[in-house]
Amino acid sequence: MVWDAIRRFFSYEFWSYEGLQNHGVWGAIARVVIVVLPILMLVPGLIWWERRLLSWMQDRIGPNRVGPFGLLQTIADGVKLFLKEDITPTAVDKLIYFTAPALALFPAFALGGTLPWGPNKYLTPIADVNIGILYVLAVSSLGVYGIVLAGYASNNKYSLMGGLRSSAQLISYELAMGMALAGAVLASGSLTMTGMVHFQEGPWLGMVKGVQNWLILTPYGFVAALIFAICAIAETNRAPFDLPEAENELIAGYHTEYSSMKFAVFFMGEYAAMFVFSGIFTAVFCGGYHALPIDWTFAGLPIVDTANSVAAGFIFLGKVAFFFSCFIWLRATLPRLRYDQLMSLGWRSLLPLAVANFMLVGVWIVAADVYKSEMAGLVAYLIGFAVMFGVYLLVKRASADRFEGMENRGVVMNTGVEPVSLLGEV
Amino acid sequence: MPPTDELAKLTLFGALAGVAALSAVGVVAFGNAVRSALCLIANFFCLAFLYFTLNAELLGITQVIVYTGAIMVLFLFVIMLLNFGSPQFLKEPPDYLRKGIGILFGVVLFGLISSQVLMPLAKVKATTAPDDYGAPQQIGLSLFTTYVWPFEVASILLLIGIVGSIMLAKRKI
Repeated sequence: MVWDAIRRFFSYEFWSYEGLQNHGVWGAIARVVIVVLPILMLVPGLIWWERRLLSWMQDRIGPNRVGPFGLLQTIADGVKLFLKEDITPTAVDKLIYFTAPALALFPAFALGGTLPWGPNKYLTPIADVNIGILYVLAVSSLGVYGIVLAGYASNNKYSLMGGLRSSAQLISYELAMGMALAGAVLASGSLTMTGMVHFQEGPWLGMVKGVQNWLILTPYGFVAALIFAICAIAETNRAPFDLPEAENELIAGYHTEYSSMKFAVFFMGEYAAMFVFSGIFTAVFCGGYHALPIDWTFAGLPIVDTANSVAAGFIFLGKVAFFFSCFIWLRATLPRLRYDQLMSLGWRSLLPLAVANFMLVGVWIVAADVYKSEMAGLVAYLIGFAVMFGVYLLVKRASADRFEGMENRGVVMNTGVEPVSLLGEV
Repeated sequence: MPPTDELAKLTLFGALAGVAALSAVGVVAFGNAVRSALCLIANFFCLAFLYFTLNAELLGITQVIVYTGAIMVLFLFVIMLLNFGSPQFLKEPPDYLRKGIGILFGVVLFGLISSQVLMPLAKVKATTAPDDYGAPQQIGLSLFTTYVWPFEVASILLLIGIVGSIMLAKRKI
């Protein structure tokens, strides 16, 4: 039997185009080449884009010397990082020290295969099984290992603190992210990425024909999208949640002891993760590869639909690039959160909000199902929203006296309040 | 089923099971607690992939989310915070009598398990469940119909666990 199989492995049919199409494994490898490799190759471009956009936002020039518009700057940096001396401190746990960067890079690329680039068969996710979203949650939860192990293996107090902070942060925000995605899954009734994109092609709120039902345009979807976006920033350790590498407290956090290419691998992992989370956001909340939330077939222009599906990959890429730019925009805008603010935001604000949103989606679906109309769902949703808000106010009032003496740990930004000098009168 | 599929499945199983077994050995063989924990993570990961090969996707993904993604992170957390120091510090002097007895009991345990579990399985051919057997829809349906009572009891147990841990850790909230 084994010999027979080996002979078949070397036969023409196994490697031919037909074999490629029929055999799931070869089709998957083809899609790996089409779908995952570009993410790897985009990373230098993303780094260049971040540096240029950030410098533009901060009123400076940024890298513009190497190549046209400085485009080759990242390549030059990469060559420099390759050729730099790779210092391994003597006191590190060598095995784990060498594995950690690889572990940090792994989740981003493992998630890259889940993005739906278009309706074409070879642009769909590599394995479009009915656990797509759960796979995203599972693999993104592995991202913590690279960082926490790097912090541990470096045998450096600052690195360890960075790693521990990061793991606490990732665990906290994973929950809210999972609940936000659960709301989206409940609304769309599908766990696959393609299924969720397909659901968003339907009429808006199930009622308004001609407008696509992008989840970010629905009330529950908007809340879920907001929570997901915040959690995605926290999961990728980006500003304002970049506490693991807070320079003024922890030098460079978990990658303090990493030099040369090993540091570059961490760097690449971060950018690839940002790209992939932007892609998931696009697919789950923003209609995937559709350019505009308009049902062109209903509007009498099916040709636009065809054009859309032809250019699907580029439209998706454009949307992802937009959300990637939002990451950079946030970095240029917001100051870093304090650690207790981060924890408070994750556990006391986002998680309850996500759970409430999840329940309200359920209320909508049940009401729409019982009364056989989406309008009833909307009304039930609004009533449920009012009830929940009332409960929130009551609980807040009831527990107000308990928190009276305590310091306010919530996140407050841009309230116009004068900063209080800790030094007193100067 | 064409032989290539058979071979591919066999190879896949061999690779996953081999890594799982090796990492299981690593859990007890390493002197460093963090490395043991890492081996356990690798083991859980391979188990999840074994579930995937059996078409039990939801089970596999739950394995990754719950064990690899959450519980083992907390394990690592605790190990790092306790900071056991260098591996040499933990090493015990070799005790051959104890090791001999350990090996003896290990062989007996293995024999017991293999006689009870492995022997009946020896003739079983590789099987996979029907395509939608392990799908989230099916599992959700059976959880909320046939097994609703054990499901609710388990959730109440977990709730008691949460409340209890809060009571132990934070008497004054």
